[in-house]
Amino acid sequence: MSDEGVVDPRRRRLLIITTGLGVVGAAFAATPFVKSMMPSARAKAAGAPVEVDISRIEPGQLLTVEWRGQPVWILRRTPEMLNSLKEDVSLLVDPDSHVDSQQPKYAQNPTRSIKPEVLVLVGICTHLGCSPERRLEAGSESGLGSDWPGGFFCPCHGSKFDLAGRVFKNVPAPINLRVPPHRYVVDTRILIGVDQKGAA
Amino acid sequence: MNTKAGAWRRLLGWVDDRYPLSETWEAHLSKYYAPKNFNFWYYFGSLALVVLVLQILTGIFLTMHYKPDTGLAFASVEYIMRDVDWGWLIRYLHSTGASLFFVVVYLHMFRAFLYGSHRNPRELLWIIGVVIFIALMAEAFMGYLLPWGNMSYWGAQVIISLFDAIPVVGPGLAEWIRGDFVVADATLNRFFALHVVAVPLVLIMLVFIHIVALHKVGSNNPDGIEIKKKKDARGIPLDGIPFHPYYTVKDIVGTTVFLIVFTVIAFFIPELWGWFLEHDNFIPANILQTPQEIKPLWYFTPFYSILRATTSDMVAWGLTPLVIVMAALIIFSVKRARTRLVTSAIAALLLIGFYFIEAKVWGVVLMGLALGAFFLVPWLDRSPVKSIRYRGWMYKTALTFFTIAFIVLGYLGTKPPSGLYSLLAKIGLVIYFLFFLLMPWYTTFDKTKPVPERVTWK
Ligand code: HEM
Ligand code: FES
Repeated sequence: MSDEGVVDPRRRRLLIITTGLGVVGAAFAATPFVKSMMPSARAKAAGAPVEVDISRIEPGQLLTVEWRGQPVWILRRTPEMLNSLKEDVSLLVDPDSHVDSQQPKYAQNPTRSIKPEVLVLVGICTHLGCSPERRLEAGSESGLGSDWPGGFFCPCHGSKFDLAGRVFKNVPAPINLRVPPHRYVVDTRILIGVDQKGAA
Repeated sequence: MNTKAGAWRRLLGWVDDRYPLSETWEAHLSKYYAPKNFNFWYYFGSLALVVLVLQILTGIFLTMHYKPDTGLAFASVEYIMRDVDWGWLIRYLHSTGASLFFVVVYLHMFRAFLYGSHRNPRELLWIIGVVIFIALMAEAFMGYLLPWGNMSYWGAQVIISLFDAIPVVGPGLAEWIRGDFVVADATLNRFFALHVVAVPLVLIMLVFIHIVALHKVGSNNPDGIEIKKKKDARGIPLDGIPFHPYYTVKDIVGTTVFLIVFTVIAFFIPELWGWFLEHDNFIPANILQTPQEIKPLWYFTPFYSILRATTSDMVAWGLTPLVIVMAALIIFSVKRARTRLVTSAIAALLLIGFYFIEAKVWGVVLMGLALGAFFLVPWLDRSPVKSIRYRGWMYKTALTFFTIAFIVLGYLGTKPPSGLYSLLAKIGLVIYFLFFLLMPWYTTFDKTKPVPERVTWK
């Protein structure tokens, strides 16, 4: 009699167990390598807050600063600009800023800001991360048609945002631009990267 | 004189006893029989090998001077261009080589659509090829970040953000790829490691098994008939000729012509008017300002166009009817109850998804499918013949439309997406996918011509 073709169940079980343990071991061995590619402690610590003097920003002007390797815009809006925010509501996806991730609680208001005139935004398109161009001027001079209320235009795939960073309907970007956490140190200086005192 | 030859034979014998040298030479070159009717389209496999070797060689020398650090990278490339002896030549050979690699590989892939090279028994060879193509795209994408120009930076930012769009795991995955919360020094450093070590190793291994698979099944040919079916008494295909010397010599001629074109570009028009090296990349990365017109290099633009064309309008008015019509077509032509059920379920899921999941995600999905579709071609193609020479008007028309759509999408990907262009891209997208989706039908109904017994050859 020959054993050929007969499976020894004990050996088969052992084989399955060793293979299984081998796979588990390989997964453990791979973990440090996979983890080593996550943002390092230094990268995590680098997100220090940035303090900006906003007294030199004239109404209608925009200042760009760098925070965590990203452009942050500070725009001092004129009364006309603030007015446009009421008129363009029907063109927008989320005029009332319902998506919580896109602004702190204290900026979840019609102007998306702490002080109505001072808008602080992360200048990174919510589509695929380009930095939109400013087209602050309303009307046809913007190159975006005579009904353009003023705002931002992303050159990459044509997303449009209004003067509160709210996204227009039927453009590739799905949600509003992000308002970063920020607070007023004194009336003319803001600190970007820390929440307002007393805010959760 | 006899002793000299004798010494050589003794040495060879000594080696052959210890390593299959002569055996390998014979099996893969001097006694490897390839169809005798290869034409122009059969140059591109060997040319792809030539370019691969060139890229590795020039890459090694660039690595000797390049610095993968956001503070130094741009300047180190300028240094190579201005101060390193012949550095400009080595860099231009590498950048020209990258673009020509894609020219060669696209033509190599097109040949498969002409002669049915992906069909049984070459499905696995084709699949390995598609994997090579994807690895090559990854290699080119990571290489493009290295000069740390403004287009490098924003291109990487956009493409890595694609992963962000994946529901649930996306943001974590994008962070893991970047090694930071934005494209930063960590990203540049790891792309360098992957571009110069990891992906080239993978490519070399893939090309090796590509050739092993090719030599197992043998080459197809412009007539699309298997030469192994007609053999002489010694078992040699009647229509086969030894690869060496016949095709080694032919390929040397092809390589010579190719290298002439290659060097003319590298010496006289290395930027190819912005197509091979983009103007915006001669400006160092500026993290506060996206270039006016952001676009990837030409070889990615067909896929980039598909990404951009997927707006919420496109999902509602283009993809929704497409899914409904396709589902109806499958249910109408396949009688099996299970297939019908599965088709309806998938269609229903897609339609629900179209409604609830944002268009950005579908853009990424379609771009993935545009590549993934290539894997399925061997099974989508139902024609009884392989070569276009014996196919009817339907396949010829479909392939013509697909080729035009591919080129138009590629062109549009380099232009801003406004008005007419954006509409054209949407039409191109539909044609692109219909080529694959309808293939089982038009290859079944197409009238084919009788295929000859032996290869035709002048
Ligand atoms: C580094 C890239 C590549 C190299 C070095 C390479 C090399 C080769 C070589 C030397 C041949 C035989 C000569 C010829 O038929 O032209 C071949 C055949 C083939 N390759 Fe590739 N290849 C590459 C990429 C690809 C890609 C991206 C695909 C498809 C997606 C592909 C699919 C095929 C097929 C189907 C054949 C058989 C063609 C026939 O017999 O008609 N290859 N390859
Ligand atoms: S990144 Fe802004 S529209 Fe795509």
